[in-house]
Amino acid sequence: MRVYADNAATTYMTKSVMDAFVDALQNFNGNPNSLHTDGQVTQEKLDECRARVAKAINAQYPDEIIFTSGGSEADNQALLSAARGLKKKGKKHLISLNIEHHAILHTLKKLEKEGFEVTLLAPEANGIVSVDKVRDAMRDDTALVSIMFANNEMGAIQPIPEIGALCRERGILFHTDAVQAVAHVPIDVQAMKIDMLSSSAHKFHGPKGVGFLYARRGIRLVNVIEGGAQEKGKRAGTVNVPGIVGMTVALEEGVANLDENMKKTIALRDRLIAGLSDIPHAKLNGDPIKRLPGNVNYSFEGVEGESLLLKLDLNGICCSSGSACTSESLDPSHVLMGMGVPVEAAHGSLRFSLNEENTEEQVDYIIEKVHEIVNYYRSISPFWEELEKGEREHVI
Amino acid sequence: MLYSEKVMDHFEHPRNVGVIEDADGVGEVGNPVCGDIMKMYLKIENDIITDVKFTTFGCGSAIATSSMATELIKGKTIQEALELSNKAVVEALDGLPKRKIHCSVLAEEAIKAALVDYYKRHNLELPVEIRDFNPDADDIDESLPMED
Repeated sequence: MRVYADNAATTYMTKSVMDAFVDALQNFNGNPNSLHTDGQVTQEKLDECRARVAKAINAQYPDEIIFTSGGSEADNQALLSAARGLKKKGKKHLISLNIEHHAILHTLKKLEKEGFEVTLLAPEANGIVSVDKVRDAMRDDTALVSIMFANNEMGAIQPIPEIGALCRERGILFHTDAVQAVAHVPIDVQAMKIDMLSSSAHKFHGPKGVGFLYARRGIRLVNVIEGGAQEKGKRAGTVNVPGIVGMTVALEEGVANLDENMKKTIALRDRLIAGLSDIPHAKLNGDPIKRLPGNVNYSFEGVEGESLLLKLDLNGICCSSGSACTSESLDPSHVLMGMGVPVEAAHGSLRFSLNEENTEEQVDYIIEKVHEIVNYYRSISPFWEELEKGEREHVI
Repeated sequence: MLYSEKVMDHFEHPRNVGVIEDADGVGEVGNPVCGDIMKMYLKIENDIITDVKFTTFGCGSAIATSSMATELIKGKTIQEALELSNKAVVEALDGLPKRKIHCSVLAEEAIKAALVDYYKRHNLELPVEIRDFNPDADDIDESLPMED
Protein backbone atom coordinates (compact mmCIF):
# COMPACT_ATOMS: atom_id res chain seq x y z
CA MET A 1 0.00 0.00 0.00
CA ARG A 2 1.22 3.53 -0.75
CA VAL A 3 0.26 6.20 1.76
CA TYR A 4 1.16 9.84 1.30
CA ALA A 5 1.13 11.33 4.80
CA ASP A 6 3.42 14.32 4.31
CA ASN A 7 0.90 16.99 3.33
CA ALA A 8 2.55 19.56 5.59
CA ALA A 9 5.62 19.28 3.36
CA THR A 10 3.57 19.61 0.23
CA THR A 11 0.22 18.50 -1.15
CA TYR A 12 -0.77 17.09 -4.50
CA MET A 13 -2.75 19.34 -6.81
CA THR A 14 -6.35 18.29 -7.30
CA LYS A 15 -7.70 17.61 -10.79
CA SER A 16 -9.64 20.87 -10.89
CA VAL A 17 -6.55 22.86 -9.82
CA MET A 18 -4.43 21.18 -12.46
CA ASP A 19 -7.12 21.84 -15.08
CA ALA A 20 -7.27 25.52 -14.13
CA PHE A 21 -3.48 25.71 -14.20
CA VAL A 22 -3.25 24.19 -17.66
CA ASP A 23 -6.14 26.30 -18.90
CA ALA A 24 -4.29 29.42 -17.75
CA LEU A 25 -1.15 28.28 -19.58
CA GLN A 26 -3.19 28.11 -22.76
CA ASN A 27 -5.65 30.97 -22.41
CA PHE A 28 -3.99 33.53 -20.16
CA ASN A 29 -0.50 33.55 -21.55
CA GLY A 30 -0.23 37.28 -22.26
CA ASN A 31 1.88 39.44 -20.01
CA PRO A 32 -0.61 41.34 -17.85
CA ASN A 33 1.56 44.43 -18.27
CA SER A 34 1.06 44.39 -22.06
CA LEU A 35 -1.51 46.75 -23.47
CA HIS A 36 -2.70 44.43 -26.23
CA THR A 37 -5.65 42.10 -25.96
CA ASP A 38 -3.69 39.03 -24.85
CA GLY A 39 -2.14 41.06 -22.05
CA GLN A 40 -5.35 42.71 -20.94
CA VAL A 41 -7.30 39.44 -20.86
CA THR A 42 -4.65 38.12 -18.51
CA GLN A 43 -4.74 41.31 -16.44
CA GLU A 44 -8.46 40.88 -15.97
CA LYS A 45 -7.97 37.27 -14.91
CA LEU A 46 -5.37 38.44 -12.41
CA ASP A 47 -7.72 41.07 -10.97
CA GLU A 48 -10.42 38.45 -10.69
CA CYS A 49 -8.06 36.06 -8.84
CA ARG A 50 -6.98 38.82 -6.46
CA ALA A 51 -10.59 39.52 -5.56
CA ARG A 52 -11.35 35.83 -5.09
CA VAL A 53 -8.30 35.28 -2.86
CA ALA A 54 -9.23 38.37 -0.80
CA LYS A 55 -12.76 37.05 -0.34
CA ALA A 56 -11.51 33.60 0.76
CA ILE A 57 -9.78 35.08 3.82
CA ASN A 58 -12.34 37.88 4.20
CA ALA A 59 -9.94 40.69 3.39
CA GLN A 60 -11.78 43.97 2.92
CA TYR A 61 -10.15 44.97 -0.39
CA PRO A 62 -8.59 42.97 -3.23
CA ASP A 63 -5.57 45.29 -3.28
CA GLU A 64 -4.64 43.99 0.16
CA ILE A 65 -3.37 40.84 -1.58
CA ILE A 66 0.17 40.79 -3.00
CA PHE A 67 1.08 37.69 -4.99
CA THR A 68 4.47 36.25 -4.13
CA SER A 69 6.61 33.24 -4.96
CA GLY A 70 5.40 31.51 -1.81
CA GLY A 71 5.28 31.60 1.96
CA SER A 72 8.94 32.37 2.58
CA GLU A 73 8.90 35.47 0.39
CA ALA A 74 5.67 36.65 2.02
CA ASP A 75 7.20 36.16 5.48
CA ASN A 76 10.34 38.06 4.49
CA GLN A 77 8.35 40.93 3.03
CA ALA A 78 5.98 41.20 5.99
CA LEU A 79 8.75 41.36 8.56
CA LEU A 80 11.05 43.66 6.61
CA SER A 81 8.16 46.01 5.82
CA ALA A 82 6.91 46.27 9.38
CA ALA A 83 10.36 46.67 10.87
CA ARG A 84 11.83 49.15 8.41
CA GLY A 85 8.61 51.12 8.16
CA LEU A 86 8.32 51.64 11.89
CA LYS A 87 12.00 52.20 12.58
CA LYS A 88 11.49 55.80 11.50
CA LYS A 89 8.98 56.15 14.32
CA GLY A 90 11.54 54.92 16.83
CA LYS A 91 10.09 51.45 17.11
CA LYS A 92 12.79 48.85 17.14
CA HIS A 93 11.40 45.88 19.05
CA LEU A 94 9.99 42.73 17.48
CA ILE A 95 8.19 39.83 19.16
CA SER A 96 7.94 36.31 17.78
CA LEU A 97 8.19 32.64 18.79
CA ASN A 98 11.21 30.35 18.97
CA ILE A 99 9.23 27.67 17.08
CA GLU A 100 8.56 29.77 13.98
CA HIS A 101 9.56 28.67 10.48
CA HIS A 102 13.10 29.61 9.44
CA ALA A 103 11.64 32.11 6.94
CA ILE A 104 10.68 34.10 10.05
CA LEU A 105 13.62 33.25 12.31
CA HIS A 106 16.31 33.98 9.72
CA THR A 107 14.66 37.27 8.71
CA LEU A 108 14.53 38.28 12.38
CA LYS A 109 18.27 37.47 12.66
CA LYS A 110 18.88 39.78 9.72
CA LEU A 111 16.83 42.55 11.37
CA GLU A 112 18.74 42.05 14.59
CA LYS A 113 21.92 42.85 12.67
CA GLU A 114 20.20 46.02 11.48
CA GLY A 115 19.75 47.07 15.09
CA PHE A 116 16.33 45.69 16.00
CA GLU A 117 15.76 43.95 19.29
CA VAL A 118 14.00 40.63 19.01
CA THR A 119 12.13 38.81 21.78
CA LEU A 120 11.55 35.16 20.93
CA LEU A 121 8.94 33.68 23.23
CA ALA A 122 8.79 29.96 24.01
CA PRO A 123 5.44 28.21 23.94
CA GLU A 124 4.09 26.16 26.81
CA ALA A 125 4.71 22.39 26.83
CA ASN A 126 1.68 21.89 24.53
CA GLY A 127 3.30 24.08 21.86
CA ILE A 128 0.94 27.02 22.39
CA VAL A 129 2.15 30.41 23.56
CA SER A 130 0.32 32.06 26.42
CA VAL A 131 -1.34 35.36 25.52
CA ASP A 132 -0.13 36.76 28.84
CA LYS A 133 3.44 36.07 27.80
CA VAL A 134 2.88 38.01 24.58
CA ARG A 135 1.31 40.89 26.54
CA ASP A 136 4.19 40.95 29.02
CA ALA A 137 6.74 41.09 26.20
CA MET A 138 5.14 44.18 24.61
CA ARG A 139 6.99 47.46 24.97
CA ASP A 140 6.29 51.03 23.93
CA ASP A 141 8.74 50.58 21.08
CA THR A 142 7.37 47.24 19.86
CA ALA A 143 6.87 47.48 16.10
CA LEU A 144 5.54 44.03 15.32
CA VAL A 145 4.27 40.79 16.76
CA SER A 146 4.72 37.87 14.35
CA ILE A 147 3.19 34.62 15.54
CA MET A 148 2.47 31.66 13.33
CA PHE A 149 -1.12 30.54 12.94
CA ALA A 150 -0.26 26.87 13.31
CA ASN A 151 3.04 25.10 13.65
CA ASN A 152 4.29 23.11 10.69
CA GLU A 153 5.94 20.37 12.71
CA MET A 154 3.70 19.62 15.67
CA GLY A 155 0.52 21.32 14.50
CA ALA A 156 -0.34 23.41 17.57
CA ILE A 157 -2.71 26.27 16.73
CA GLN A 158 -1.85 29.58 18.37
CA PRO A 159 -4.47 31.87 19.97
CA ILE A 160 -4.56 34.14 16.92
CA PRO A 161 -7.82 36.10 17.56
CA GLU A 162 -6.71 36.87 21.14
CA ILE A 163 -3.25 38.01 20.04
CA GLY A 164 -4.80 39.99 17.17
CA ALA A 165 -7.13 41.81 19.56
CA LEU A 166 -4.28 42.50 21.97
CA CYS A 167 -2.05 43.93 19.24
CA ARG A 168 -4.84 46.11 17.83
CA GLU A 169 -5.55 47.46 21.34
CA ARG A 170 -1.88 48.28 21.84
CA GLY A 171 -1.38 49.73 18.35
CA ILE A 172 1.18 47.09 17.39
CA LEU A 173 1.25 45.48 13.95
CA PHE A 174 0.36 41.80 13.91
CA HIS A 175 1.64 39.36 11.29
CA THR A 176 0.89 35.67 11.15
CA ASP A 177 2.64 33.01 9.09
CA ALA A 178 -0.46 31.05 8.12
CA VAL A 179 1.23 28.75 5.62
CA GLN A 180 -0.03 25.60 7.37
CA ALA A 181 -3.42 27.03 8.28
CA VAL A 182 -4.90 28.64 5.16
CA ALA A 183 -7.64 26.43 3.69
CA HIS A 184 -7.17 23.99 6.57
CA VAL A 185 -8.80 25.92 9.44
CA PRO A 186 -11.21 28.89 9.33
CA ILE A 187 -9.46 32.23 8.78
CA ASP A 188 -11.06 35.66 8.78
CA VAL A 189 -8.41 38.38 8.74
CA GLN A 190 -10.85 41.10 9.75
CA ALA A 191 -12.52 39.25 12.62
CA MET A 192 -9.14 37.96 13.85
CA LYS A 193 -7.60 41.44 13.61
CA ILE A 194 -4.71 40.20 11.51
CA ASP A 195 -2.70 43.00 9.85
CA MET A 196 -0.51 40.77 7.69
CA LEU A 197 -0.74 37.13 6.74
CA SER A 198 1.54 34.84 4.70
CA SER A 199 0.30 31.91 2.67
CA SER A 200 1.67 29.32 0.26
CA ALA A 201 -0.41 27.59 -2.43
CA HIS A 202 1.23 24.16 -2.46
CA LYS A 203 0.19 23.54 1.13
CA PHE A 204 -3.47 23.47 0.10
CA HIS A 205 -3.43 21.55 -3.21
CA GLY A 206 -2.21 24.55 -5.19
CA PRO A 207 0.90 24.70 -7.39
CA LYS A 208 4.42 25.27 -6.07
CA GLY A 209 6.23 28.57 -6.45
CA VAL A 210 3.27 30.78 -5.65
CA GLY A 211 1.74 32.30 -2.55
CA PHE A 212 0.44 35.57 -1.27
CA LEU A 213 0.88 38.20 1.39
CA TYR A 214 -2.17 39.87 2.85
CA ALA A 215 -1.34 43.35 4.12
CA ARG A 216 -4.11 45.54 5.47
CA ARG A 217 -4.58 48.85 3.67
CA GLY A 218 -2.38 51.53 5.12
CA ILE A 219 0.58 49.23 5.74
CA ARG A 220 3.50 50.34 3.61
CA LEU A 221 5.30 47.42 2.08
CA VAL A 222 8.97 47.46 1.18
CA ASN A 223 10.21 45.42 -1.75
CA VAL A 224 12.04 42.17 -1.36
CA ILE A 225 12.43 41.97 -5.14
CA GLU A 226 13.24 45.20 -6.94
CA GLY A 227 12.47 45.85 -10.58
CA GLY A 228 9.31 46.55 -12.54
CA ALA A 229 6.08 48.00 -11.21
CA GLN A 230 4.12 44.76 -10.86
CA GLU A 231 1.95 44.29 -7.77
CA LYS A 232 1.59 48.05 -7.23
CA GLY A 233 5.36 48.33 -7.39
CA LYS A 234 5.77 46.17 -4.31
CA ARG A 235 6.87 42.96 -5.96
CA ALA A 236 8.79 43.10 -9.21
CA GLY A 237 8.85 40.33 -11.77
CA THR A 238 6.37 39.11 -14.36
CA VAL A 239 3.46 37.68 -12.48
CA ASN A 240 3.10 33.88 -12.24
CA VAL A 241 -0.37 33.81 -13.80
CA PRO A 242 -0.97 30.04 -14.08
CA GLY A 243 0.29 29.60 -10.53
CA ILE A 244 -2.03 32.30 -9.26
CA VAL A 245 -5.00 30.87 -11.15
CA GLY A 246 -4.27 27.39 -9.73
CA MET A 247 -3.85 28.82 -6.24
CA THR A 248 -7.13 30.69 -6.47
CA VAL A 249 -9.06 27.56 -7.43
CA ALA A 250 -7.32 25.53 -4.72
CA LEU A 251 -8.04 28.16 -2.09
CA GLU A 252 -11.69 28.46 -3.00
CA GLU A 253 -12.09 24.68 -3.02
CA GLY A 254 -10.40 24.40 0.33
CA VAL A 255 -12.53 27.09 1.90
CA ALA A 256 -15.77 25.79 0.37
CA ASN A 257 -15.11 22.27 1.70
CA LEU A 258 -13.46 23.36 4.93
CA ASP A 259 -16.03 22.03 7.41
CA GLU A 260 -16.35 18.70 5.66
CA ASN A 261 -12.59 18.28 5.17
CA MET A 262 -11.83 19.26 8.75
CA LYS A 263 -14.34 16.78 10.11
CA LYS A 264 -12.97 13.97 7.98
CA THR A 265 -9.29 14.77 8.58
CA ILE A 266 -9.70 15.25 12.32
CA ALA A 267 -11.36 11.82 12.54
CA LEU A 268 -8.38 10.28 10.69
CA ARG A 269 -5.89 12.19 12.84
CA ASP A 270 -7.52 11.08 16.08
CA ARG A 271 -7.72 7.51 14.83
CA LEU A 272 -3.96 7.59 14.19
CA ILE A 273 -3.21 9.20 17.57
CA ALA A 274 -5.36 6.59 19.35
CA GLY A 275 -3.75 3.79 17.36
CA LEU A 276 -0.23 4.83 18.39
CA SER A 277 -1.11 5.49 22.03
CA ASP A 278 -0.42 1.91 23.21
CA ILE A 279 3.26 2.11 22.22
CA PRO A 280 5.18 2.41 25.50
CA HIS A 281 7.55 5.33 26.09
CA ALA A 282 6.10 7.30 23.20
CA LYS A 283 4.11 10.50 23.19
CA LEU A 284 2.19 12.96 21.07
CA ASN A 285 3.93 16.32 20.65
CA GLY A 286 1.72 19.40 20.63
CA ASP A 287 -1.74 20.06 22.00
CA PRO A 288 -4.07 17.09 21.35
CA ILE A 289 -7.08 19.27 20.47
CA LYS A 290 -5.87 22.71 19.40
CA ARG A 291 -3.91 21.28 16.51
CA LEU A 292 -4.08 21.17 12.73
CA PRO A 293 -6.70 18.71 11.48
CA GLY A 294 -4.13 16.41 9.84
CA ASN A 295 -1.08 16.70 12.09
CA VAL A 296 0.24 13.80 14.17
CA ASN A 297 3.71 14.35 15.63
CA TYR A 298 4.89 11.50 17.81
CA SER A 299 8.14 10.80 19.67
CA PHE A 300 9.33 7.24 20.23
CA GLU A 301 12.05 6.80 22.80
CA GLY A 302 15.06 4.61 22.09
CA VAL A 303 14.84 4.84 18.30
CA GLU A 304 15.99 7.41 15.77
CA GLY A 305 13.61 9.19 13.43
CA GLU A 306 15.49 8.96 10.15
CA SER A 307 15.72 5.16 10.26
CA LEU A 308 12.00 4.98 11.08
CA LEU A 309 11.23 7.33 8.18
CA LEU A 310 13.35 5.36 5.69
CA LYS A 311 11.84 2.05 6.76
CA LEU A 312 8.32 3.47 6.54
CA ASP A 313 9.16 4.72 3.06
CA LEU A 314 10.29 1.20 2.08
CA ASN A 315 6.81 0.15 3.22
CA GLY A 316 5.16 2.79 1.03
CA ILE A 317 4.49 5.39 3.72
CA CYS A 318 5.72 8.97 3.23
CA CYS A 319 6.16 11.06 6.37
CA SER A 320 8.87 13.26 7.94
CA SER A 321 10.98 13.45 11.08
CA GLY A 322 12.40 16.03 13.46
CA SER A 323 15.54 14.00 13.90
CA ALA A 324 18.90 15.74 13.49
CA CYS A 325 19.80 13.18 10.86
CA THR A 326 17.06 14.43 8.57
CA SER A 327 18.23 18.01 8.84
CA GLU A 328 21.29 19.76 7.49
CA SER A 329 22.48 20.54 11.00
CA LEU A 330 23.57 18.33 13.86
CA ASP A 331 20.66 19.48 16.01
CA PRO A 332 17.21 17.97 16.05
CA SER A 333 14.09 20.04 15.34
CA HIS A 334 14.24 23.56 16.78
CA VAL A 335 10.47 23.36 17.19
CA LEU A 336 10.46 20.30 19.43
CA MET A 337 13.48 21.59 21.35
CA GLY A 338 11.85 25.03 21.60
CA MET A 339 8.80 23.59 23.34
CA GLY A 340 10.91 21.65 25.80
CA VAL A 341 10.86 18.16 24.27
CA PRO A 342 14.01 16.35 25.51
CA VAL A 343 16.67 15.95 22.83
CA GLU A 344 16.47 12.13 22.86
CA ALA A 345 12.72 12.33 22.23
CA ALA A 346 13.20 14.88 19.46
CA HIS A 347 15.63 12.52 17.67
CA GLY A 348 12.96 9.82 17.70
CA SER A 349 10.11 11.90 16.29
CA LEU A 350 7.90 11.33 13.28
CA ARG A 351 5.39 13.70 11.71
CA PHE A 352 2.43 12.39 9.77
CA SER A 353 0.34 15.05 8.04
CA LEU A 354 -2.91 13.66 6.72
CA ASN A 355 -5.60 15.26 4.64
CA GLU A 356 -9.11 14.50 3.43
CA GLU A 357 -7.79 12.23 0.71
CA ASN A 358 -6.38 9.72 3.18
CA THR A 359 -8.52 6.79 4.29
CA GLU A 360 -9.14 4.82 7.48
CA GLU A 361 -7.54 1.83 5.82
CA GLN A 362 -4.36 3.87 5.21
CA VAL A 363 -4.33 5.11 8.80
CA ASP A 364 -4.67 1.53 10.08
CA TYR A 365 -1.79 0.53 7.82
CA ILE A 366 0.36 3.35 9.27
CA ILE A 367 -0.53 2.20 12.80
CA GLU A 368 0.42 -1.40 12.00
CA LYS A 369 3.71 -0.46 10.33
CA VAL A 370 4.76 2.04 13.01
CA HIS A 371 4.27 -0.61 15.71
CA GLU A 372 6.26 -3.13 13.71
CA ILE A 373 9.08 -0.75 12.82
CA VAL A 374 9.43 0.90 16.24
CA ASN A 375 9.54 -2.57 17.82
CA TYR A 376 12.17 -3.74 15.35
CA TYR A 377 14.46 -0.74 15.81
CA ARG A 378 14.05 -0.91 19.57
CA SER A 379 15.08 -4.57 19.41
CA ILE A 380 18.40 -3.61 17.74
CA SER A 381 18.94 -0.38 19.72
CA PRO A 382 21.60 -0.39 22.45
CA PHE A 383 19.98 2.81 23.74
CA TRP A 384 16.65 1.04 24.23
CA GLU A 385 18.42 -1.92 25.86
CA GLU A 386 20.02 0.45 28.38
CA LEU A 387 16.68 2.18 29.04
CA GLU A 388 15.01 -1.15 29.66
CA LYS A 389 17.81 -2.32 31.97
CA GLY A 390 17.53 0.92 33.92
CA GLU A 391 21.07 1.99 32.96
CA ARG A 392 19.59 5.17 31.47
CA GLU A 393 16.49 7.06 32.53
CA HIS A 394 13.40 7.19 30.39
CA VAL A 395 12.45 10.74 29.39
CA ILE A 396 9.01 9.74 28.10
CA MET B 1 18.78 9.72 -3.76
CA LEU B 2 20.41 10.60 -0.49
CA TYR B 3 22.03 7.17 -0.12
CA SER B 4 23.77 4.78 -2.52
CA GLU B 5 22.16 1.43 -3.36
CA LYS B 6 24.69 -0.32 -1.14
CA VAL B 7 23.82 1.88 1.83
CA MET B 8 20.12 1.20 1.30
CA ASP B 9 20.80 -2.52 0.93
CA HIS B 10 22.66 -2.65 4.25
CA PHE B 11 20.02 -0.45 5.87
CA GLU B 12 17.19 -2.65 4.65
CA HIS B 13 18.97 -5.96 5.25
CA PRO B 14 21.57 -5.33 7.94
CA ARG B 15 24.10 -8.14 8.31
CA ASN B 16 25.17 -9.52 11.68
CA VAL B 17 22.55 -7.78 13.79
CA GLY B 18 22.24 -8.98 17.34
CA VAL B 19 24.08 -9.78 20.53
CA ILE B 20 26.76 -12.36 21.35
CA GLU B 21 26.05 -13.45 24.92
CA ASP B 22 29.53 -14.93 25.52
CA ALA B 23 31.44 -12.31 23.53
CA ASP B 24 35.19 -11.95 24.04
CA GLY B 25 35.03 -8.20 23.55
CA VAL B 26 32.21 -5.65 23.62
CA GLY B 27 32.50 -1.98 22.67
CA GLU B 28 30.01 0.86 22.70
CA VAL B 29 30.45 4.36 21.29
CA GLY B 30 28.21 7.40 20.75
CA ASN B 31 25.44 8.82 22.91
CA PRO B 32 21.69 9.42 22.74
CA VAL B 33 22.03 13.22 22.67
CA CYS B 34 23.95 13.04 19.39
CA GLY B 35 21.47 10.52 18.13
CA ASP B 36 23.79 7.56 17.47
CA ILE B 37 24.98 4.67 19.63
CA MET B 38 26.78 1.62 18.25
CA LYS B 39 27.59 -1.51 20.16
CA MET B 40 29.86 -4.24 18.76
CA TYR B 41 30.27 -7.80 20.06
CA LEU B 42 33.29 -9.89 19.01
CA LYS B 43 34.00 -13.58 19.30
CA ILE B 44 37.73 -14.20 18.89
CA GLU B 45 39.56 -17.51 18.53
CA ASN B 46 43.28 -17.80 17.76
CA ASP B 47 43.48 -14.14 16.79
CA ILE B 48 40.66 -14.61 14.28
CA ILE B 49 37.32 -12.78 14.57
CA THR B 50 35.09 -15.81 14.23
CA ASP B 51 31.86 -13.95 14.90
CA VAL B 52 30.72 -10.35 15.15
CA LYS B 53 27.34 -8.82 15.94
CA PHE B 54 26.11 -5.29 16.41
CA THR B 55 23.21 -3.27 17.74
CA THR B 56 22.77 0.35 16.68
CA PHE B 57 20.59 3.28 17.65
CA GLY B 58 20.82 5.78 14.83
CA CYS B 59 19.92 6.86 11.34
CA GLY B 60 19.98 4.85 8.14
CA SER B 61 23.66 5.38 7.53
CA ALA B 62 24.53 4.48 11.14
CA ILE B 63 22.85 1.12 10.64
CA ALA B 64 24.41 0.61 7.19
CA THR B 65 27.95 1.50 8.35
CA SER B 66 27.65 -0.82 11.36
CA SER B 67 26.50 -3.62 9.09
CA MET B 68 29.25 -3.06 6.53
CA ALA B 69 31.92 -2.77 9.22
CA THR B 70 30.94 -6.17 10.65
CA GLU B 71 31.14 -7.72 7.18
CA LEU B 72 34.59 -6.27 6.64
CA ILE B 73 36.06 -7.83 9.79
CA LYS B 74 34.22 -11.13 10.05
CA GLY B 75 36.67 -14.02 9.59
CA LYS B 76 39.59 -11.60 9.53
CA THR B 77 42.54 -11.42 11.90
CA ILE B 78 42.65 -9.02 14.82
CA GLN B 79 45.38 -7.15 12.99
CA GLU B 80 43.13 -6.66 9.98
CA ALA B 81 40.31 -5.43 12.21
CA LEU B 82 42.69 -2.99 13.90
CA GLU B 83 43.59 -1.61 10.52
CA LEU B 84 40.00 -1.14 9.36
CA SER B 85 39.48 2.56 8.70
CA ASN B 86 36.24 4.49 8.39
CA LYS B 87 37.44 5.31 4.88
CA ALA B 88 37.31 1.63 3.94
CA VAL B 89 33.75 1.42 5.29
CA VAL B 90 32.70 4.49 3.30
CA GLU B 91 34.29 3.12 0.12
CA ALA B 92 32.70 -0.28 0.58
CA LEU B 93 29.33 1.48 0.76
CA ASP B 94 30.01 3.46 -2.45
CA GLY B 95 30.20 6.73 -0.50
CA LEU B 96 28.16 8.55 2.10
CA PRO B 97 26.72 12.09 2.19
CA LYS B 98 29.19 14.48 3.82
CA ARG B 99 27.17 15.00 6.97
CA LYS B 100 26.93 11.22 7.47
CA ILE B 101 30.68 10.53 7.45
CA HIS B 102 30.67 10.63 11.24
CA CYS B 103 28.62 7.39 11.16
CA SER B 104 31.54 5.59 9.53
CA VAL B 105 33.89 7.04 12.13
CA LEU B 106 31.57 5.65 14.79
CA ALA B 107 31.63 2.19 13.17
CA GLU B 108 35.44 2.13 13.13
CA GLU B 109 35.50 3.28 16.74
CA ALA B 110 32.96 0.69 17.86
CA ILE B 111 35.22 -2.07 16.55
CA LYS B 112 38.27 -0.52 18.20
CA ALA B 113 36.35 -0.16 21.47
CA ALA B 114 35.41 -3.85 21.34
CA LEU B 115 39.04 -4.78 20.68
CA VAL B 116 40.22 -2.63 23.59
CA ASP B 117 37.72 -4.52 25.75
CA TYR B 118 39.07 -7.85 24.45
CA TYR B 119 42.66 -6.97 25.29
CA LYS B 120 41.71 -5.65 28.71
CA ARG B 121 39.63 -8.73 29.58
CA HIS B 122 42.57 -10.96 28.70
CA ASN B 123 45.08 -8.74 30.45
CA LEU B 124 47.01 -8.31 27.24
CA GLU B 125 49.07 -5.34 26.26
CA LEU B 126 47.13 -3.01 23.95
CA PRO B 127 48.56 -2.96 20.41
CA VAL B 128 49.84 0.34 19.12
CA GLU B 129 46.72 0.99 16.98
CA ILE B 130 44.47 1.28 20.04
CA ARG B 131 46.92 2.22 22.78
CA ASP B 132 45.67 5.80 22.79
CA PHE B 133 42.14 4.98 21.67
CA ASN B 134 39.88 7.90 22.37
CA PRO B 135 36.48 7.66 20.70
CA ASP B 136 35.58 11.24 21.60
CA ALA B 137 38.32 12.68 19.40
CA ASP B 138 36.95 14.08 16.19
CA ASP B 139 39.15 13.43 13.19
CA ILE B 140 37.26 13.31 9.94
CA ASP B 141 39.31 12.58 6.85
CA GLU B 142 38.29 15.22 4.33
CA SER B 143 39.83 13.24 1.46
CA LEU B 144 37.03 10.65 1.59
CA PRO B 145 34.65 10.06 -1.32
CA MET B 146 31.99 12.36 0.06
CA GLU B 147 28.95 13.78 -1.62
CA ASP B 148 27.88 17.28 -0.70
